[in-house]
Amino acid sequence: MSDTDTFEAAQTTSASAHAVSDSDTVVIRPETTPEWSRRNFIKGVIASGVTVSGAVYFGPALAPPQPLSAQGVPRLITLNVNGQTRRVDVLPGETLAMTLRYKLGLTGTKLGCDRGECGACTVLISGTTHYSCSTLTQRVRDRKITTVEGLESPDGNLHPVQQAFVDELGPQCGFCTPGQVMSAVALLEANPKPTRAEARVAMSGNLCRCGAYDHYLNGVMRAAGESQNG
Amino acid sequence: MMKDMIPGFELFQPTEVESALELLDRFGEDGWALAGGYDSLDWFKNRGKHPEAVIDLQGLAGLNRIVEIPNGIEIGALTTLTEIEHSQIIREHFGLLAEAASKVASPQIRNAGTLGGNLCQDARCWYYRYGVSCYRAGGNTCYASAPDALNREHALFGVNRCVAVTPSDTAVALVALDAEMVIRNSGGERIINAEHFFMEPSSDITRMTVLEPSDLLTAIRIPNTWIDADFYFEKVTDRNSWDFALVSIASAIKSNAGQIDDARIVCGAVQCIPRRLENVEAMIRGRVQNENTAAEAGILAVQEAEPLNYNHFKIPLMENLVKRAVRG
Ligand SMILES: Cc1cc2nc3c(=O)[nH]c(=O)nc-3n(C[C@H](O)[C@H](O)[C@H](O)COP(=O)(O)OP(=O)(O)OC[C@H]3O[C@@H](n4cnc5c(N)ncnc54)[C@H](O)[C@@H]3O)c2cc1C
Ligand code: SF4
Ligand code: FES
Ligand code: FES
Repeated sequence: MSDTDTFEAAQTTSASAHAVSDSDTVVIRPETTPEWSRRNFIKGVIASGVTVSGAVYFGPALAPPQPLSAQGVPRLITLNVNGQTRRVDVLPGETLAMTLRYKLGLTGTKLGCDRGECGACTVLISGTTHYSCSTLTQRVRDRKITTVEGLESPDGNLHPVQQAFVDELGPQCGFCTPGQVMSAVALLEANPKPTRAEARVAMSGNLCRCGAYDHYLNGVMRAAGESQNG
Repeated sequence: MMKDMIPGFELFQPTEVESALELLDRFGEDGWALAGGYDSLDWFKNRGKHPEAVIDLQGLAGLNRIVEIPNGIEIGALTTLTEIEHSQIIREHFGLLAEAASKVASPQIRNAGTLGGNLCQDARCWYYRYGVSCYRAGGNTCYASAPDALNREHALFGVNRCVAVTPSDTAVALVALDAEMVIRNSGGERIINAEHFFMEPSSDITRMTVLEPSDLLTAIRIPNTWIDADFYFEKVTDRNSWDFALVSIASAIKSNAGQIDDARIVCGAVQCIPRRLENVEAMIRGRVQNENTAAEAGILAVQEAEPLNYNHFKIPLMENLVKRAVRG
């Protein structure tokens, strides 16, 4: 593929490439090294797009056009979410957090950093905690996905972890809570009677900006006691 | 921080290594191997890299196993860090690696992050990650060593234009264990010692490892050379979770009646590659394992350190870690 092709492809496949041209962001200039190619220049421009787009959620309609191929993954797929079978149109580069929140309406899963650095987006995939912001939906087609919406029992009772978090006044602002709940649920599934130290490690991938860590830990230990009794 | 869709690419999910290699050949520089995604997705989201084709390694048959081989163990490159942390055989005989894996990032990242991906991850220098055209990105300057640069996390040793450090915790342990990397491409298989797997900026400033775009790391072999030795791993970070090492140490020591027979000591986050302290190893061989030997080892370890503006603190930190490792 020639560099000109690449330039055009980059323009049409990246939403942010357009954003660069009508912004006042400094565009990083190509350096005058022999290795410098048109392609690298485009990559530089595209990289700088990150500074102008801000916290914008592009809906599916605004998503960049996708290349079509018979050999790549199909777009219309089936997911198993909270015990339900859901048919959904998923782009190759779409994260699970995006699919859950903006296509399946499951907004209990939060997006904080979108970079694997906070834990707000934690969900269970086959019972194990994962950051849904950093998981491609196409990679979990055959797996069991559980979000915070899938925890309460059919009669509307909260999951013991949720109830324990309420009782221990776990949340302050509550933004990190769904993620904290999911980590605690996974821990107690694998280890119903954790020590406080074990619980601390299991919860260490969930940041709480309000600093309510000890409240959440108390909640985990309370839920562990309940599981033991019932 | 931008939250939007990752730009378009084609996603391939081969189930055989041969098909993955064929795809890597077909797409060359425009292809991207995807393991756990905890390095890859950052690049895609930040528009730092935008491959045409992403080749998902997750489904490759036989690459996520830990098996015994005649003279050691073999770990498939797709084995997750959590699996390594909990593997019975690794904990029992090569506890150094289990310990290092357990200190990576956060539980969720370890649940998806793979050993291969952890070893192959790109430099974490934030100037580079931000998308500037520094040496590593093909440009002609290093932002992290400019006079007013913030380089608290950067290198003490082996600087050649780039001052980024090795980010991988498992790499440090694997060099200490004298591991071997099994690499495949469509032409066949080759085996490279862990020590020679990582790329010095003086050799190729734009790559962190010897891997070419058509190469796959398929397995990591740990020979029995250091099985059941006395291991020491410590990683110093600002926070107990998520953070990359400020300095880390991994050592394997064989001793007999208080005397050191042999040792391998490797430091992380002080150089672009895991820094093996061969001079220290040679100095302590045959010596009594005590406070004096440890103190001498610490001093020797940092003798050639060349600090940048903001990372002088790494020198006493490294000295102390070496001391602790040798003291045992
Ligand atoms: C917030 C955060 C904190 C972190 N903290 C730490 C830390 O403290 N310590 C630490 O060591 N790591 C840390 N990491 C890195 C993380 O643990 C992952 O190991 C790493 O990002 C890559 O592993 P992965 O399996 O996710 O690989 P990917 O992101 O999928 O791949 C990484 C790179 O390796 C290549 N690659 C992967 N597998 C192969 C293979 N088999 N053959 C050839 N090429 C391959 C890919 O093409 C890509 O270029 C952190 C990451 C994040 C996001
Ligand atoms: S340290 Fe390396 S990666 Fe960082 S700005 Fe300098 S050249 Fe680039
Ligand atoms: S939103 Fe996924 S870890 Fe922060
Ligand atoms: S309760 Fe506010 S972030 Fe945790």
